[in-house]
Amino acid sequence: MNITFRLNGETVSLSNVAPTTTLLDWLRDTRGLTGTKEGCNEGDCGACTVMATDETGARALNACILFLPQINGMAIRTVEGIAAPDGTLHPMQQAMIDQHGSQCGFCTPGFVVSMATAHLNGATNYDTELAGNLCRCTGYAPIIRAAEQAQHEAVPDHMHDTPVPNGPNTAGGKAAGFGGGQPPLWVQPTSSDELAAWYSAHPTATLIGGATDVGLCVNKDFRDLGPIAFLNRCADLATVTVSESEIRIGAAATLTALRQSLGPLHPSLATLIDRYGSVQVRNAATIGGNIANGSPIGDGPPALIALGATLHLRMADERRQMALEDFFLDYGKQDRRPGEFVEFITLPRQPDRLKCYKLSKRFDQDISAVCGCFSITVENDLVREARVAFGGMAGVPKRAEKAEAALRGASWSEKTVRGAMSALDADFTPLSDMRASANYRMTSARNMLWRYWLEDNGTTVSVREVSV
Amino acid sequence: MTVARNLPHDAADLHVTGAARYVDDIPTPSGTLHLAFGTSTVAHGSLKSLALDKVRAAPGVVDVITPADLPFANDVSPSAHDEPLLAQNKVFYVGQPLFLVVARSHLQARRAARLAVADIEPLDAILTLEDALAADSRFEEGPRIYARGDVEGAMAQAAHVVTGAFDIGGQEHFYLEGQAALAQPQEGGDMIIMSSTQHPTEIQHKVAEALGVPMHAVRVETRRMGGGFGGKESQGNALAVACAIAASRTGRVCKMRYDRDDDMMITGKRHDFRILYKAACDAEGRILGIDFTHLVRCGWAQDLSLPVADRAMLHADNAYFLPHVRITSHRLKTHTQSATAFRGFGGPQGMLGIERVMDHMAQALDQDPLALRRKNFYASGGDISGPKNRTTTPYGQTVEDFCLGEMTERLCETSGFVARQAEVTAWNSTHTVLKKGLALTPVKFGISFTLTHLNQAGALVHVYQDGSVHLNHGGTEMGQGLFQKVAQVAAARFGIDTSQIRITATDTAKVPNTSATAASSGSDLNGMAVQAACDTIRARMAAFMAREHQCDVAQVVFRDGEVLVGSTAYSFAQVAEKAYLGRVSLSATGFYKTPKIAWDRLKGQGRPFFYFAYGVAASEVVVDTLTGENRLLRVDILHDTGASLNPSLDIGQIEGGFVQGAGWLTTEELVWDRTGRLRTHAPSTYKIPACSDRPDVFNVALWDQQNGEETVYRSKAVGEPPLMLGISAFSALSQAVQACGPHYADLQAPATAEAILRAIGRARGAGGSDVV
Repeated sequence: MNITFRLNGETVSLSNVAPTTTLLDWLRDTRGLTGTKEGCNEGDCGACTVMATDETGARALNACILFLPQINGMAIRTVEGIAAPDGTLHPMQQAMIDQHGSQCGFCTPGFVVSMATAHLNGATNYDTELAGNLCRCTGYAPIIRAAEQAQHEAVPDHMHDTPVPNGPNTAGGKAAGFGGGQPPLWVQPTSSDELAAWYSAHPTATLIGGATDVGLCVNKDFRDLGPIAFLNRCADLATVTVSESEIRIGAAATLTALRQSLGPLHPSLATLIDRYGSVQVRNAATIGGNIANGSPIGDGPPALIALGATLHLRMADERRQMALEDFFLDYGKQDRRPGEFVEFITLPRQPDRLKCYKLSKRFDQDISAVCGCFSITVENDLVREARVAFGGMAGVPKRAEKAEAALRGASWSEKTVRGAMSALDADFTPLSDMRASANYRMTSARNMLWRYWLEDNGTTVSVREVSV
Repeated sequence: MTVARNLPHDAADLHVTGAARYVDDIPTPSGTLHLAFGTSTVAHGSLKSLALDKVRAAPGVVDVITPADLPFANDVSPSAHDEPLLAQNKVFYVGQPLFLVVARSHLQARRAARLAVADIEPLDAILTLEDALAADSRFEEGPRIYARGDVEGAMAQAAHVVTGAFDIGGQEHFYLEGQAALAQPQEGGDMIIMSSTQHPTEIQHKVAEALGVPMHAVRVETRRMGGGFGGKESQGNALAVACAIAASRTGRVCKMRYDRDDDMMITGKRHDFRILYKAACDAEGRILGIDFTHLVRCGWAQDLSLPVADRAMLHADNAYFLPHVRITSHRLKTHTQSATAFRGFGGPQGMLGIERVMDHMAQALDQDPLALRRKNFYASGGDISGPKNRTTTPYGQTVEDFCLGEMTERLCETSGFVARQAEVTAWNSTHTVLKKGLALTPVKFGISFTLTHLNQAGALVHVYQDGSVHLNHGGTEMGQGLFQKVAQVAAARFGIDTSQIRITATDTAKVPNTSATAASSGSDLNGMAVQAACDTIRARMAAFMAREHQCDVAQVVFRDGEVLVGSTAYSFAQVAEKAYLGRVSLSATGFYKTPKIAWDRLKGQGRPFFYFAYGVAASEVVVDTLTGENRLLRVDILHDTGASLNPSLDIGQIEGGFVQGAGWLTTEELVWDRTGRLRTHAPSTYKIPACSDRPDVFNVALWDQQNGEETVYRSKAVGEPPLMLGISAFSALSQAVQACGPHYADLQAPATAEAILRAIGRARGAGGSDVV
């Protein structure tokens, strides 16, 4: 199958694209654009950051876990395209020089692209915007000074990219996706109906949303994915709709889109999502992927379970639904049949009682040791409903049923909370691994309930709220 | 004059446009081959067989190389010839290279390397310090001991004695550019190597050994590294040798770069330590005697572990006079990656040991930790007038210019330290969930390679007839700004602008027999060598112009881009052209060796260091007592760079060094499992500081005194010392944790959230349990 995209303003068409060739490898090895760097090959360091523009706007993405079909129809800008065509440096580039923001220079192209993308979008919370770019030399201070120096400068004209005018290249129609019968097959359906039909016919296929997880399987484990369907052109699968009674989130909605829709309704969820990967990861990763891969340490499921999410699965034209927590059967095992996929999830509209507490070694861009999400509804000093879900405490994202039972119907008091904390011991038997010991997981999970109680009573509980 | 100016890094414009070339960016001819190692999955075992048929049959594979295929030395060790390129008969750690795949692409090489079947019979693996000590598994015949005075006698007279055991974790370098090398075979068996290395001469040496050729047949070039931090002092040898072997066998250009996971599994890291201490002081808290035992986990091969462990011993005093002292150092051999150089080179661990003792004694004596530290400082400015000569280090070197008393005073003023201490105490008394800590710690770091012969450097300078200058020296650029600083020195000698100077890649064919760019010595050594070369050429030009004008040489002045000869002004280019036409040599080498140093490492006596670099840092933190989560709120630093060659670049080293040091002691945790497999082998699991981990308020100032020793423009080395300013963050966390209860919290490093919560439990008397 062929793809068309724009690269630093120039239209590029490629034929017979191998579906798991990364944009990074293509840029460096085929195109000879070596400004974009490989630092980790797993989307954690940001040295490979590129700017991608589609109909929804411009965003930063990690090129090392971005497969070529995913950029079909987009405009890509690499570090080589950040300065103006006449060579005039972008304000962020000039500021990086002025503020001594580069030392070894290897992370610098990624930073420059992230900074220029934030500048284009008017985003100035640099702790968040740059959390996905690691620098080992500078300690970040001069980079932030550079971003602040340049943030009020005008956006250079050439930064306003437009995606490929006629949309993605679908020349030859769907049949072309089968690559002339040579494996690996890949398709890029444009609707969930199309996807459903194809997937039921290819039940062993791999569905790729943002590739932030599958990308590692390919880059690090050399996993054979079989036939592949890329979901990024299924527009109806990516919609988020908020009605009076419920929120409907399409499986291919990115974490960035999820934050925009749910953030105003549940601020603590927005704070949690800000710590989910990095900007680059959230711009690619989908909520459907976060659920469907069944990871016990994904941050989406505990929060959504606490909000009472319902999962909607589809196979061909057959649909079924279940409480989200029931989808996770055991470690590595979900209630999903071959050819069946997550189509969307729904959440009931509700008064916001959600608190999400995430523990990891590093605050930003780290995988949870424990992620505890709590929604405890209190009426007349009695707990009417308690939904408590944890990631990192079991082989699956899991509700704390005994703790919930200890809370439900009881008076909302210190004694009740202490009782629920003790009940957690019967809910979970966590493991020790490189992220945390079982003992720490259990202790901190208990303390999270206590934190919820304290926070509900107006105590400052987060180190993030303290300043000098 | 160009020195002391805040000019940007010489390659800044190339960095920001993506045009700066690293090894993997160098264009190569079609047909270039790519390499990958197949590695051991067993920590210790006998290699019974290695089935490579599937590897050879894999797509794109051109060659598979085993130890039997190596024509000459199978060794990439920088020290003891104990580090085979490819394991022979036995394996010594998980990740050890077993064979080498040569393929048409990087991806094909990596994929094929996974297809081998290695039959390894496991043997008992020694993984921990306890295991190694129990098995007496060590380098050198026994522990090394540096001692002075009567430690036991001092203990007997003491008012207080504190004892403890302190674990200090290692650290992954996480240079953003992984290890990489490229070999270009030449006619007659010669080899050109492009390497991301801090030590081109060592690469040249090891490649020559591996190819069985003299060093003159191998040329190594290094334009820049994407970060080094010590991790590219010896760890690049394997890739360069592998490329050279493969290029020699195939006649093709060969390139090797480690995937990040391979890089972290194969290469060495900072040494982890356990420090046992027994410290005795008088009633006021003045140390009388101290006994340190350093348990050093060196890994499977010697590498640079002996000088690393030595430097830890040489920094066990840090800023403090220790009247009676014994430091015992066990260099333990384990079946893990061979620990290697890392910014500070053992100094940080040694220094953290005594800083830990200070915090422990302050808690035991209920004294202010800063007051206790100041009581124990060396005497100011080498003052030997006091009743006791408090200026001599445990190894016999006199501290001549001790200024930490004054620097501490200044930082206390500028950071409002005393008032903020009171605020923190008040804040803690009204907050139960969150606790703050504030700490000030000093750094005194010895400058010079402790292996004395390494303290030499060479330079090669050409002035062309158009007045442009070609600059070369033995130092390598890893981001620290060495090339820029040295160019500023050269420009100052000729009185020209740095734009007239071309900085060129480090090249073993231009300057031979170089030392690693390490030990913070880059600008001290190479700056002086370049200065000597420039002065030679300048003197020739001046003599020639003086002859032409029939004037005295003293009347020829180089400044502001001009050469004034008496009352006549020429451009530098005009003088260069005239000198060329006058048949004057405009090319010169320069050489420098550090004076005054003399060191006997076996006795532990002498003057290992030309001088000391100093710094002080005050850190304020807040800790969540429910989870151990924490944050750096404010950091104030005052650091001594002498008369800085470029204050902006030096401040960059200080800010970056601090954050790297704080990362080492907080979020950066290396975890090996029970089989000896490193579980934190990628940035998904090993967490260096991210943007938001830098302190909210971050004030850095330079101390305003020049170096008392005659260094290049009286500047001081700055590469390593600031890393140890990060100890103040650890000390502040200790204070915050200690504010939770009356018992000694005994915080271990790194202070992860989990370690902090455990320490809070101890402070509250929970006997090590985490329960709140």
